[in-house]
Amino acid sequence: MTPSTPMAKTFEYAPAPESRAVVDIAPSYGLFVDGEFREAADGKVFKTVSPSSEEVLSEVAQASAADVDAAVQAARKAFGTWSVLPGAERAKYLFRIARIVQERSRELAVLESLDNGKPIRESRDADLPLVAAHFFYYAGWADKLPYAGYGPDPKPLGVAGQVIPWNFPLLMLAWKIAPALATGNTVVLKPAETTPLSALFFADICRQAGLPRGVVNIVTGDGSTGAELVAHPGVDKIAFTGSTEVGKAIARTAAGTDKKLTLELGGKAANIVYDDAPVDQAVEGIVNGIFFNQGHVCCAGSRLLVQESVAEEVLDALKRRMATLRVGDPLDKNTDIGAINSPEQLARIRALAEAGEAEGAERWAPACDLPATGYWFAPTLFTGVTQAHRIAREEIFGPVLSVLTFRTPAEAVEKANNTPYGLSAGIWTEKGSRILWTADKLRAGIVWANTFNKFDPASPFGGYKESGYGREGGRHGLEAYLDVR
Amino acid sequence: MLSEPVVPAYGSAAAQRLASMADVTASDAALRRFLHGLPGVDAVGLQARAATLGTRSIKTTAKAYAIDLAISMIDLTTLEGADTPGKVRALCAKGGRPDPADGTVPRVAAICVYGDMVATAKDALAAAGTADIHVASVATAFPSGRAALPVKLADTRDAVAAGADEIDMVIDRGAFLSGRYLQVFDEIRQVKEACRREGEGSGAAHLKVIFETGELQTYDNVRRASWLAMLAGADFIKTSTGKVAVNATPPVTLLMLEAVRDFRASVGVQVGVKPAGGIRTTKDAIKYLVMVNETLGEEWLTPDWFRFGASSLLNDLLMQRQKLSTGRYSGPDYVTVD
Repeated sequence: MTPSTPMAKTFEYAPAPESRAVVDIAPSYGLFVDGEFREAADGKVFKTVSPSSEEVLSEVAQASAADVDAAVQAARKAFGTWSVLPGAERAKYLFRIARIVQERSRELAVLESLDNGKPIRESRDADLPLVAAHFFYYAGWADKLPYAGYGPDPKPLGVAGQVIPWNFPLLMLAWKIAPALATGNTVVLKPAETTPLSALFFADICRQAGLPRGVVNIVTGDGSTGAELVAHPGVDKIAFTGSTEVGKAIARTAAGTDKKLTLELGGKAANIVYDDAPVDQAVEGIVNGIFFNQGHVCCAGSRLLVQESVAEEVLDALKRRMATLRVGDPLDKNTDIGAINSPEQLARIRALAEAGEAEGAERWAPACDLPATGYWFAPTLFTGVTQAHRIAREEIFGPVLSVLTFRTPAEAVEKANNTPYGLSAGIWTEKGSRILWTADKLRAGIVWANTFNKFDPASPFGGYKESGYGREGGRHGLEAYLDVR
Repeated sequence: MLSEPVVPAYGSAAAQRLASMADVTASDAALRRFLHGLPGVDAVGLQARAATLGTRSIKTTAKAYAIDLAISMIDLTTLEGADTPGKVRALCAKGGRPDPADGTVPRVAAICVYGDMVATAKDALAAAGTADIHVASVATAFPSGRAALPVKLADTRDAVAAGADEIDMVIDRGAFLSGRYLQVFDEIRQVKEACRREGEGSGAAHLKVIFETGELQTYDNVRRASWLAMLAGADFIKTSTGKVAVNATPPVTLLMLEAVRDFRASVGVQVGVKPAGGIRTTKDAIKYLVMVNETLGEEWLTPDWFRFGASSLLNDLLMQRQKLSTGRYSGPDYVTVD
């Protein structure tokens, strides 16, 4: 009866690596100040490593106080001419940058996956398209600022000091630089210590686009460089994305000064699954919520709140789905989960996962072979988690999901809000009125309904409580860079 | 989750498993409550998942495996008013030896024709020594399904009597869309009954149930139709006739794969899936195989449980197969046009 089956093999995906040849990484990079690359004043350098292989990719200059000062002065000088350019002229540069990003997107995606460890599927399909979209979006605002709702002729602030994290190096750069330039500010940006390369490639794009000298300056370095930048008296505006701990320190530095400050900090988002949720899509949303970018996402759905009546069904489906996640080489086009960005972050994830076990939660991970070199952590979930567990309260910033249950909508909202954070949340239900009721009561800056981790440059992004203040993206994102005091 | 072993839909043990679900099919009201109680489908999320699976990069050895697997899963189809015995015999020859220059190419799973061509196809396959290829016949007033039940049953019995190994029936979309689920259920049951073969030990023709998902329109309807057909005893669930504007799509097929997965988990009966219509390229076919692989796994990756309803797909698979083995593209003159 049965037609013959062709071969006795299995459908195993052969390696499908994206070519590294599309990106040319120099053995060393200087600081980008006043339109030129230069060595650090004291000649110090540090290495940047590929987290998936521990290979040294390049040596990068470690900016000192003197270098930061030079960059701020260059930005100040450029501000005089840049800020008085007609908006339509600034827009031309931004449109040009956006197009160059699109043209070089394959190169930049490979670079980002090498330096950060994220899978090429995400850098290619999420990061890079969003980077270009952000520049296109704010290019459109540059000549329409009088209609943004901040008065007939809103003025820029001056020099923006921007410090960004390692989880979305180029995307966070775009979130910071695009609105700053559109509104007429100049910038000094410090990329994260472990992921400096895409910002340095962006410096090259600025030159390619003919951006006037000093409008964008890139200073690489560790936390001390960031501290110098935010403390510099010539900086009018500080924009920071990163940990709540560092954010608090920056807020203390800025207190009592004239500097305007926006902070986008940590999160511990609740992803609420009601009993009438579309189960298969909710499972996809849970997976996307916590395992996207190895869970290195400030708005990650790290707390799953699932209604008790469907908890077993949802967890069975979730485990089945997690078993199909492909962990490994970030440059393989079929990889779903790449490497953890640094040994420090890996140690932190491990410590919190061990704390979860020690506190009595049940740990589960699918069987998966992790590469021998590099920094790796298997996608993991914890069941039997309560609000009192550290893994339900502290941001893990890794591929670790804490599963809690609830009985009623009121309990879901109460548990979701019971956190010092308030960046994002997700709601899964087929009932529209329940979405609106829940969203209205959640204390979170972004609430997704029947989806998760969806980003759009037109949509404002930012937190409540210890997740920070100020909004990035959309019309709201302009306010942070305009003098509306 | 079930503790008993899973049984195939076309085995004798399936009826007993289905009987355990008799309470949900006891009345129109009970059946409606059950079907409308299935989890909803979020269209955006379903489409996004299908699109993501479509980005899998299948190369070299994996591609070679997928191409041969896809060829072996084809229901090579001709369903035209202009079909003649000559045309059907040519198709049978093609199915038995898809590439005349290369004997290592696997045979297709079945030849799919109208009922009046079943005997011709059976004879041609037997004469060529390729009688292991099934003959599938469309039936029940294909493609519209607009005929009285006795006509549909006679249509089915006629094809079975002529030797059809498989029957591809269409559901009454009018009855489904107006909410008469029990009527659709009963029709499938009766057609399944009509698939039984007279005589000793020859078994029943396998039943594929076509939903015409392009006419059901919503994903919720597709999930309900899937469960309804499986409860009624479908051996395979099939997307489309190939005769309307929208035929098989990746999201609809993914949804049906999820339905057979869930049905097996709760009822213990394994059912096959057949997307049909509009799958023309190797690239498309591989996307479907990736969906099967990552939704259902190996158990469904055989012609017993997954089929492609297609005609022009085979030649593209052959051209890609030649490209893979020789490193060069040959061109349409180096595959046979039938």
